Amino acid sequence: MSFDLVFTMSEASLYFLQQLINGLTIGSTYALIAIGYTMVYGIIGMINFAHGEIYMIGSYISFIVIAGLLGMGMVALPVILVIALVVAVLMASTYGWTVERVAYRPLRGSNRLIPLISAIGMSIFLQNYVVLAQGSRDVALAPQISGGWTFGDPQLFEVSLSYMQLLIWIVTLVCMTVLTLFISRSRMGRACRACSEDQGMTNLLGIDTNRTIAMTFVIGAALAAVAGLLLGLYYGVVNPFVGFIAGLKAFTAAVLGGIGSIPGAMLGGLILGVTEALTSAYFPSEYKDVVSFGLLILILLFRPSGLLGKPEVEKV
Amino acid sequence: MMRQNFYAAVFAAGITLILTCLMVGVKLTSEGTELRVVGATSAQWAWILSGIAIVFLSQLFRDHISAASAGIPRPDFGKLLPAVSVQARLKPWLIAAVIVGLAVWPFMVSRGAVDLATLTLIYIMLGLGLNIVVGLAGLLDLGYVAFYAIGAYTYALLSSYFGLSFWICLPISALLAATFGFVLGFPVLRLRGDYLAIVTLGFGEIIRILLNNWTSLTGGPNGISGIDKPTLFGLDFNRRAAEGQTTFHEFMGIDYSSSYKVIFLYLIAVLLVIWVLFVINRLMRMPIGRAWEALREDEIACRSLGLNRTVIKLSAFTFGASTAGFAGCFFAARQGFISPESFVFIESAIILAIVVLGGMGSQFGVILAAIVMTILPEFAREFSEYRMLLFGLLMVLMMRWRPQGLLPSKRPHMELKR
Repeated sequence: MSFDLVFTMSEASLYFLQQLINGLTIGSTYALIAIGYTMVYGIIGMINFAHGEIYMIGSYISFIVIAGLLGMGMVALPVILVIALVVAVLMASTYGWTVERVAYRPLRGSNRLIPLISAIGMSIFLQNYVVLAQGSRDVALAPQISGGWTFGDPQLFEVSLSYMQLLIWIVTLVCMTVLTLFISRSRMGRACRACSEDQGMTNLLGIDTNRTIAMTFVIGAALAAVAGLLLGLYYGVVNPFVGFIAGLKAFTAAVLGGIGSIPGAMLGGLILGVTEALTSAYFPSEYKDVVSFGLLILILLFRPSGLLGKPEVEKV
Repeated sequence: MMRQNFYAAVFAAGITLILTCLMVGVKLTSEGTELRVVGATSAQWAWILSGIAIVFLSQLFRDHISAASAGIPRPDFGKLLPAVSVQARLKPWLIAAVIVGLAVWPFMVSRGAVDLATLTLIYIMLGLGLNIVVGLAGLLDLGYVAFYAIGAYTYALLSSYFGLSFWICLPISALLAATFGFVLGFPVLRLRGDYLAIVTLGFGEIIRILLNNWTSLTGGPNGISGIDKPTLFGLDFNRRAAEGQTTFHEFMGIDYSSSYKVIFLYLIAVLLVIWVLFVINRLMRMPIGRAWEALREDEIACRSLGLNRTVIKLSAFTFGASTAGFAGCFFAARQGFISPESFVFIESAIILAIVVLGGMGSQFGVILAAIVMTILPEFAREFSEYRMLLFGLLMVLMMRWRPQGLLPSKRPHMELKR
C-alpha cells in the first residue's frame, strides 16, 4: 500500500481500516475452527459439539509446551513455537480421535438427537476435566511476539498491524492452502468427499468409511489446535471456558458460509470476524456476541443453506 | 483372540497416556507475571496410572466383560408398574394419596428438607416443560433457560417497578415467555433439528448478555433483590405487617414462625406442578399432542398426511416456553433475588439431562430424574467438584447404553413385522 494514499485518508477511514485488520485476524481463527465443524457435518451430518473444547485443549497444551520450554532455558522463539505447534496439533488430534471413538462411533445410525446429546455430554466432560486438571482460573502468558508496523497520520489515527496479526494471517493461509490441496488431490481427501456424497456406496467401493470419518475429526481437531495456539498467543490468556463461546462463534461462521462447504467456512469466519470487530468498534462491545448470534438467526431465516452451501434435499 | 485384545489394550492404554500426560501430568502456575509448568502431585499420577490400568484391563478382558454383562439381568423398570387395567383402577386413589402425602409431609420434617423439595419441584416443572419440546415433539432446545430467565425477570421487574403481586404476574410471566418462544420459534422451526439446537443456544446467550448489560433496567450482574414473596389472599408471611395489612400469623391468631413461609412456598410449587402435569396430560391426549409425537417419529410421513408442521412445532415450543415462564416466576418469588448467574447454559444442560435421564417423553421418568438430579448432589457434597464431570460422562454413557432413559414412556402401539 502506498503511503501517500494512506496519508490522504481521513481519521474515520483509518479507524475503519484498523477494525478491518483486527476483524480479519479474529476471523481467520474462527475460520480455522469452523473447518472442523463443517467437515464433520459434511461427512456425517452431525454437529460436533465438543469441537470448541478441543480448541481450548489445544490452547492449553501449547501454553504448557511454551512455558515448559522457556522454563528449561530455551530462547529460540521460532523453535519453541514450532515445537508447541507440533505437540498441540498431535495432542489435540488424539483428543479428536478419542472423542469420535468414544462418543460418536458407537452411536452411528441411531436417532439424530442421540449423538447430539452425547456430544453435549462430551463437551461438558472435557471442560470439567480441564477445570479439574488445570484449575478454573485464567492462565496468562507474557506476550511472546511483540512489535509491528504502524502507518497513518500520527495526528489523526495510527493504524497498527502487529507481527502477531501477520503471523496469524500467514499460518491460516498456509493451513487453508494445504487443506484445500489435501481435500482435492490426495487419496484420503477423495475418500472424504466420496464419503460425504454417499457413505454406503463409498463403503461398497472398498473404502474404510470409519477410518475416513475418524480422519475428518482428526483434521478438524488439528486445525482447532492451530487456532488454539494462535489465539492463545494473541490474547495471552486461556481458561477452561473459552471453548464454549469460540465453538459457538465458529459454528456460526460455518453456517454463515454454508455448512458442509470448506471455502464457505473460510469465508464465513472472515465475515463474522470483521462484523464483530466493527460492532465492537462502533457500538458497546458487550453486544458483539448478540450481533453475531443475531446474524446466525438472520442467515438461517433468509438463506438456510448459507452463502456457498448447497440447498439440502430431504430424502426418505 | 486374546492376542488381538492384548494389542488393542496396549494401544488404548497408550492413547490414554498420551491424552493425560500433558493435561493432568503437569500443571500451569503463574508466578508473578511468569508462567511456569510444574509436575503434578503424586496423587495426580496415581489418577493417571489407575486410569491407564482401567483402560488396559477393560480392553484386555473385553470379551469376558461383555459376556459377563450379558449375563446380568437387565432391570426393566417399566415392569415394576402394574398392568394397564390395574393402573387405571388404582390411578385416582394413587393420585389422591400422593397429593395428600405431598400436602402433609412438610409439616413433619425440617425446614431445609422442605426448601430442597421446593427446589426439586422447580426442576420438575422445568423438566416437564422441556419434555414437551424435546421428549414429545423431538425438537432439541438448548436455550431453554432463556425462557426461565424471562419468566423470572418478568416477575422481578413488574413487582419492583409496578408493585404487582405474584399471582397477577404468574400468568403474565408465562404469557411473555410463550410470546418469546413464539417469536423465536416462528423463523427457526422451519429448520432441521440440529440448527434449532444451535439457534436456541445462541438465543439463550443473547438473553443472558442482554440481562447482564442492560444495567438501567435489570441491574446488570448485580441482579434484582428484594423481590416480594407470594401472599395468601393478601396475607403475607413476614414477622411484621406492612402499613394497613395483616400477616398470616396475626390473622390466624398463632405465633410467628419462619417455616410457614417455606411451607407456603412449597405448597405453591406443589400446586403449580400439579397444574402443569394436568395441562400437559390433557394436551397429550388432544389431537395436537398426538401430532407432536407423530412429528417426532416421522416428519415426512406427517407432512404427507397433511399436518402443518410449523403449527405443530410452534405450539410445542410455545407451551414448553410458557412452562419455563411459570417456573421462572416462581423461582424469582422463592429466591427473592435473581441475577443472570442463575441462567447460564449449564442450567439448560441440567434440565436437558433430566429429560434425557428420565426417558424422553415419559413424564413419570422426568419427575424421577428431577428428584435424583437435585437430591443426589446434596448427599454427595464431598464430591461436588466432580459433579459436572460425572454429569457429562453420565450423558455420554446413557446415550450409549440406555438412550431411552430410565423409565421410557410406554404407549400401546403396533409395529409392522419386517
